[in-house]
Amino acid sequence: MSALDVTDAPELLRDDEVPLSRRGPAATRDVVAFGFWLFLLSDIVIFATLFAGYAVLSGQTAGGPTGVQLFDRGRVLLETACLLTSSLTCGLCALSCVQRNTAATYLWGAVTFLLGASFIALEFSEFARLIAQGAGPTRSAFLSAFFSLVGTHGLHVTLGLGWLMVMMAQVTTLGFRPMIIRRLLCFSLFWHTLDIVWIGVFTIVYLGAR
Amino acid sequence: MGKLTWAAIPFDQPIQMAASVLVVVAIAAILALVTSKGWWPYVWREWITSVDHKRIGVMYVLLGLVMLVRGFIDAIMMRSQLAIAARGAQGYLPPEHYNQIFSSHGTIMIFFVAMPFVIGLMNLVLPLQLGIRDVAFPTLNSVSLWLTAAGVLLVNLSLVVGEFARTGWLAYPPLSELAYSPGVGVDYYLWALQISGVGTLLTGINFTTTILKLRAPGMGYSQMPIFCWTALASSLLIIAAFPILTATFAMLLLDRYLGFHFFTNDLSGNAMMYVNLIWAWGHPEVYILILPAFGVFSEVIATFSGKPIFGYRSMVIATMAICVLSFMVWLHHFFTMGAGADVNSFFGIMTMIIAVPTGVKVFNWLFTLYGGRIRFNVPVYWALGFMVTFVIGGMTGVLMAVPPADFVLHNSLFLVAHFHNVIIGGVLFGAFAGYTYWFPKAFGFTLDERLGKAVFWCWFIGFYLAFMPLYALGLMGATRRMQHYADAGWQPLMLVALVGAVVILAGLALTILQLVISIRTRERRRDLTGDPWDGRTLEWSTSSPPPPWNFARLPQVQGIDAYWEVKHRRKESTAASAEGQLEAIWVPKSSAIGFVTAFFAVVMGFALIWHIWWMAAAGLAGIVLGALVHAWRVEGEVEIPVETLAALESARPEPGAAT
Repeated sequence: MSALDVTDAPELLRDDEVPLSRRGPAATRDVVAFGFWLFLLSDIVIFATLFAGYAVLSGQTAGGPTGVQLFDRGRVLLETACLLTSSLTCGLCALSCVQRNTAATYLWGAVTFLLGASFIALEFSEFARLIAQGAGPTRSAFLSAFFSLVGTHGLHVTLGLGWLMVMMAQVTTLGFRPMIIRRLLCFSLFWHTLDIVWIGVFTIVYLGAR
Repeated sequence: MGKLTWAAIPFDQPIQMAASVLVVVAIAAILALVTSKGWWPYVWREWITSVDHKRIGVMYVLLGLVMLVRGFIDAIMMRSQLAIAARGAQGYLPPEHYNQIFSSHGTIMIFFVAMPFVIGLMNLVLPLQLGIRDVAFPTLNSVSLWLTAAGVLLVNLSLVVGEFARTGWLAYPPLSELAYSPGVGVDYYLWALQISGVGTLLTGINFTTTILKLRAPGMGYSQMPIFCWTALASSLLIIAAFPILTATFAMLLLDRYLGFHFFTNDLSGNAMMYVNLIWAWGHPEVYILILPAFGVFSEVIATFSGKPIFGYRSMVIATMAICVLSFMVWLHHFFTMGAGADVNSFFGIMTMIIAVPTGVKVFNWLFTLYGGRIRFNVPVYWALGFMVTFVIGGMTGVLMAVPPADFVLHNSLFLVAHFHNVIIGGVLFGAFAGYTYWFPKAFGFTLDERLGKAVFWCWFIGFYLAFMPLYALGLMGATRRMQHYADAGWQPLMLVALVGAVVILAGLALTILQLVISIRTRERRRDLTGDPWDGRTLEWSTSSPPPPWNFARLPQVQGIDAYWEVKHRRKESTAASAEGQLEAIWVPKSSAIGFVTAFFAVVMGFALIWHIWWMAAAGLAGIVLGALVHAWRVEGEVEIPVETLAALESARPEPGAAT
């Protein structure tokens, strides 16, 4: 107590009676998680902007093909299944990490990676097919917006795969120290966020195709 | 080497060439000085790799001041061009050069003067006012600083290698599309702002986390100083608005680099979508800048009136109201788009509504001054000058919020006068008030008062001389961004505006003189107490400059004006209050990751601008590798032992001893 006497502030006496906002600096764990939440929110704003762009341009096909003509919903359903399942396995990976279970962390990490990689492979082959049939991003404003929105999501998943590999390497070399657990939990937040964004993509882009 | 050849150096342009040579010589001279004095180890250890929020704040402000000079040179070139280019005369700047000058003036003044200045002040002050030891993520803070500096470097590189954009400070398509701007100017603009924009976003995340999660014990939300509230609002706006800018620029980059059709004229692109998106960022951006300035004035006015701020709660509510409303007015920048009467009315009314919380603030400042024992130090001059000037700028803004009036005034010099009225009178005056007010905290000595007042009068009088004529010229029909004009009747007012710019030039020169003289006479003007202004908030309770850990013991806070209460309690009771035990402190280690990341970001940005793909890949690889090396760093902190803390604490005078 540098300056103010405790007796002047009876509400400061007992820890459980002090409002949360007045208990002083939060623990590192909470600070890191909160900061990462803010980052994810900013990332969602990027997607929101791309969604807005897609909404404006989705009908602007310049005489070219429309979404209904191009999209293969069966394949997209498979992509969706891969990604949503990977969210489950990612959650199991995070739980194993909190329990400091090395083998389970590796196992669920590997399954998450495989499901994510399958998603990317399916998306990549879809893009290749569209470009091959002359429906690439340079064909119309609609296709520019489509490739940017879905591609940005795919880029995020790809970066997530890289991050997951780095985290597995970090678990191997540095073990389950608090820093590593914090990072793995941040990764899992990131991965779940991409799932939420994908549900938006699936609904608006693929199911909403005209 | 991609598109890069010797033709990129403007050997045939005497003005650009002279400026380039001057800049290169100046940089070489500074580097030579640092080398010859053997300062490199010190500069590297204590500044470049520092993660201390105070050092980072000082570097941000320095960056802003240097770029203020650069942006001002653009301004005075434009004013002198327009003073002579009447009737048939073409002046001395050809149109393609003039277009680059107004584009770089706007870009630099907003992104690389106002932003670094405001973020620098927040960096310096926030943790001190919150009573904590650093921001939430100190190393990330260093990354932010250096990414901003990377953007600055790229913009200035365009002066020497290649050209800058000719598309205005927001690069509207289709003009900024490849079809109409095939050069590298727009690419310089886009990559410089993408890179520095990432830095700004990280700052917003960092500050929001700091304010919401790290406050001294006892400091609830309603005990936070007003400056912290305005910084919070500004940081939240950064998080919500800057990603829009990033995504929008990414779309334009895709158009330019990969042939996409977001904003092109052909294949159903929609240029007005760019204008909508860019202002969805752009309008919050002006509040990102002005809200911290409001915070500075709140601190200055309360301190120098010797009174707590009037209407604390209404001030907080007004700040947060502006924070939310700032996202609902963007369309007033282009009423002329033709969205129809209903849409225009909505945005016109929202714009008028946002003036209400601002008005609340002005009255709160007036009532704080009322009945106070006002000490007329330099920061108060800036605050009073602001209140007069900003109200005028606000009123012309409300005038333009009326869509029919805006149809007449759109893109005229009236608009130019309006936004300079609020940005100079608001943000810049606030930045200078904060600079003068917190300078002793950062360096341990005060700035020269007489020269400080001279600086203020130059800016104040210079501003009115330079911009009041533009209001009149705008009403007479003069548009912005014109390189010459036919109506000789405009010339007298253009000459008055030039005189104003010259007076402001004197103000800039005096700013530098003030700094030099104050440094030379610093022994006389030492601040030994840490509290030169009889301050009210926690930053004045520690020494000037503060130790790297700010506070040996975290302060215990009970109300707003935490330090004021401490001082007055001490005066009342002669018995020294019991001090708690000192405990060892962990402070974050210096890190080169910010500088390294920014270095490779410059390499990557430059390579992308000039289509040197191998070099772009190398830059990206450098960034990723740096991040990986950093990710395996295990020891992030060093311990400061109790003995060091105790020795420093006992050397300090008692709080309140100065008053």
